[in-house]
Amino acid sequence: MNYPKKNNTQKDTSYMKILVCISHVPDTTSKINFTDNDTKFDTNGVQFVINPNDEFGLTRAMWFKEKQGASVHVINVGGAETEPTLRKALAIGADEAIRIDTEATDGFSVAKQLANVVKEGGYDLIIGGRESIDYNGGMVPGMIAQLTGANFVNTCINLEVEGDTATAIREIDGGKETVKAKLPLVVGGQKGIVEESDLRIPNMRGIMQARKKPLTVKDAVDANAETQTAQFEKPAPKGDIKLVETVDELVDLLHNEAKVI
Amino acid sequence: MSVVVYTESEEGTFKKIAQEAVSYAKGIADKMGTQVTAVAINGGDTSELGKYGADKVLNVSNDKLKKFNAEAYADAVAQAAKKEDAKVVIVSGSANSKYMAPLLAVNLDAGYVPNVSELPESTDPFKVKHSVFTNKAFSITEIKTDVKVVGLAKNGYGVKENEAAGTAEDFSPELSSEDFSVDVVSVDKATDKVTIADAEIVVSGGRGLKGPENWGMIEEMADILGAATACSKPVSDMGWRPHSEHVGQTGKPVAANLYIAIGISGAIQHLAGISASKTKVVINNDPEAPFFKNADYGIVGDAFEVVPKLNEKLKEFKAQNA
Ligand SMILES: Cc1cc2nc3c(=O)[nH]c(=O)nc-3n(C[C@H](O)[C@H](O)[C@H](O)COP(=O)(O)OP(=O)(O)OC[C@H]3O[C@@H](n4cnc5c(N)ncnc54)[C@H](O)[C@@H]3O)c2cc1C
Ligand SMILES: Nc1ncnc2c1ncn2[C@@H]1O[C@H](COP(=O)(O)O)[C@@H](O)[C@H]1O
Repeated sequence: MNYPKKNNTQKDTSYMKILVCISHVPDTTSKINFTDNDTKFDTNGVQFVINPNDEFGLTRAMWFKEKQGASVHVINVGGAETEPTLRKALAIGADEAIRIDTEATDGFSVAKQLANVVKEGGYDLIIGGRESIDYNGGMVPGMIAQLTGANFVNTCINLEVEGDTATAIREIDGGKETVKAKLPLVVGGQKGIVEESDLRIPNMRGIMQARKKPLTVKDAVDANAETQTAQFEKPAPKGDIKLVETVDELVDLLHNEAKVI
Repeated sequence: MSVVVYTESEEGTFKKIAQEAVSYAKGIADKMGTQVTAVAINGGDTSELGKYGADKVLNVSNDKLKKFNAEAYADAVAQAAKKEDAKVVIVSGSANSKYMAPLLAVNLDAGYVPNVSELPESTDPFKVKHSVFTNKAFSITEIKTDVKVVGLAKNGYGVKENEAAGTAEDFSPELSSEDFSVDVVSVDKATDKVTIADAEIVVSGGRGLKGPENWGMIEEMADILGAATACSKPVSDMGWRPHSEHVGQTGKPVAANLYIAIGISGAIQHLAGISASKTKVVINNDPEAPFFKNADYGIVGDAFEVVPKLNEKLKEFKAQNA
C-alpha cells in the first residue's frame, strides 16, 4: 500500500488547529460482562466516560488554547450513545465536536475514519491516547499518522509547540526520550502530558455552554473492519489465597511451591 | 511465504522479549507449515536466534538506526516482510514495539492485534486470543486481512528452545529522509535500575506506607531480589514516587513472575493492571483488603514489622542459594 508522503511545506501555525480523539469507554470500576453468546460487551448498568488517556490529552489541548491560542475540536467514531461523552469534552472547554456515525469495531477502520477528517480539516496537532482502556488496541493514533503522512509520537508525557515544530517527551521502558518533529503531528498521550491535578471537572457554566456548541454528525467513509471479535471470554476465577503467619513460610513457598525466587 | 518476527536488541544484545517473539513465531510457523525469518536491526551476534526457531535472520546494520526510530524501523520491517512474502508478522509488547506496530500495520495494510499470549486457535481463518479491558477479559479475534500483525503481551508466551538453522543474511532496506522526520534529541535512561517492563520481580508500595521516607525498605527488598520498584496511583499523584512507577489500569501494566504488593488495598484499577503477573503476594494489615481475594500468598500484618523481617530472611535465603 502507498501511504502519503510527508507534507514539508511551511505552515502558519501561530493559531493551531487541534483535534482530540475521544474514545468512549466503560468507567474503570465497571464489571465486564458479555451478551449475545459472549460476542458483545454488555453495556447494562455501565457508566461511560472519556478514556482517561484522552482526558489528559484534552486538558493539554486546553492548555495550548489558553497559552498560545488554538481551536480545539473533539471527535469520536461511534453511535449516538457516545454524544454525552462528547458533550462532556465540550463542557471541559473544547470548541466543537464531531461524531462519525458508525459503530467502532476495530482500530484500523476507526483510524481510517479519523484520518479522513484529519485530512479534510487540515489539523496541525492530533491528540489521542496511548491506548483505550476497553480494547487496549494502542493503535489508532499511530495509524492516523501513517495514513495521513503526519509525524507520530507515542506514550507522550510532555508536549510543547513553537512555530511549526513540536518538542515532545516520550516515555520509554526504563526512562524517557526527547524528540522534535514538525507539524502536523499525532501524539498518543497519557498521564504526564498533564498532571492528574490539572484535570478539569466541568462546572455549571461549562455544561450550559456545551449545550450550545456545535456537535456535527458526519457519515462514515467506506472502510472495512480488518479484525473482528469472534468471541469474548472471562479469565478463569482466581484460586484461594494462602495466608501465612511468618516470613519463613512465605520465603519457603515462593521458593519451593511458586518457584519464583 | 514465511513468518517474519522483529527481534528487539539493545546495544547489540538481543532482549529476552526477542527470544520470546522468535519462540512464538516458530509456534505459528509450525502450525502453518512454513519458516521463521527474524529481522534484527543492529542486533550484533544473530546466531543465538536459531536456538529459538529462526530459520533465517535478516541482519540490518545501519548507523542511522542506532537509536530506535518507530517510522524507520516500521519501514525496515515492512520491507523485510514484503521481501519474504510474509503472511504473519510478529512484534513484542515493549514500548518501542507498541510504538512501531501500528505504523507497520498500515505499511502492510494488515490487521493488527496486540496483547497476545497464546498461539492462534486456527490460522485459516486466523483467530487469536488476546487480553482486552485491561486483563478483565479476552477476545478471540479474527484477523481478516491477507497479512496479519500480531503483538505479544509481555511475559505471556514464554521462551521456548527449538533449534533451527538461523542462517544470517545481510539486508539493506531502502530508507528515506522522511523516515527520520521525528528526530530523537536525547535519551535519558537509568541504566542501573531494573525497569518494570523487563523485571521478573516487582516490589510495589501503596498509601499504607504513609510517606516517601519509608520507601527505603521497599528499595532494599528490590535490591535483594533484583526487582523493579513500583507504586499505586495515589502514591505517584502525591509525588511520593515518580510517575514512571505508577502501575495499574491507567499506569503501567505489570506482567512479572512475582508481584509483591505492600500496603496496597487492591482497588479494581490497580488489580487490572497487575493481574497478568503470575504469582502475587500481598502484605497488608487489614484482612478485609480486597487484594487478599486476588493474590496467591498473603501476610496479614503491619508492613513496618513484616517487611524488615522479610528482607532479613530474603538476604539469608539469597546467601544460601547464591
Ligand atoms: C479513573 C481511575 C483510574 C485509576 N487507575 C489506577 C491505577 O492505574 N493504579 C492504581 O493503583 N490505582 C488507580 N486508581 C485508584 C484506585 O481506585 C485506588 O484509589 C488506589 O489504587 C488506592 O491506592 P492504595 O492501595 O495505595 O491506597 P489505599 O486504598 O489508601 O490503601 C492503602 C492500604 O494500605 C493498608 N495499610 C495501611 N497501613 C498499613 C500498614 N502499616 N501495613 C500494611 N498495610 C497497611 C490499608 O489497609 C489499605 O488497604 C484509579 C482510580 C480512578 C478513579
Ligand atoms: N472510536 C473512537 N473514536 C475516537 N477516537 C478513538 C476511538 N477509538 C480510539 N480512539 C483514539 O485512539 C486512542 C487509542 O485507542 P486504541 O487504539 O483503541 O487503544 C484512544 O485513546 C483515542 O484517543
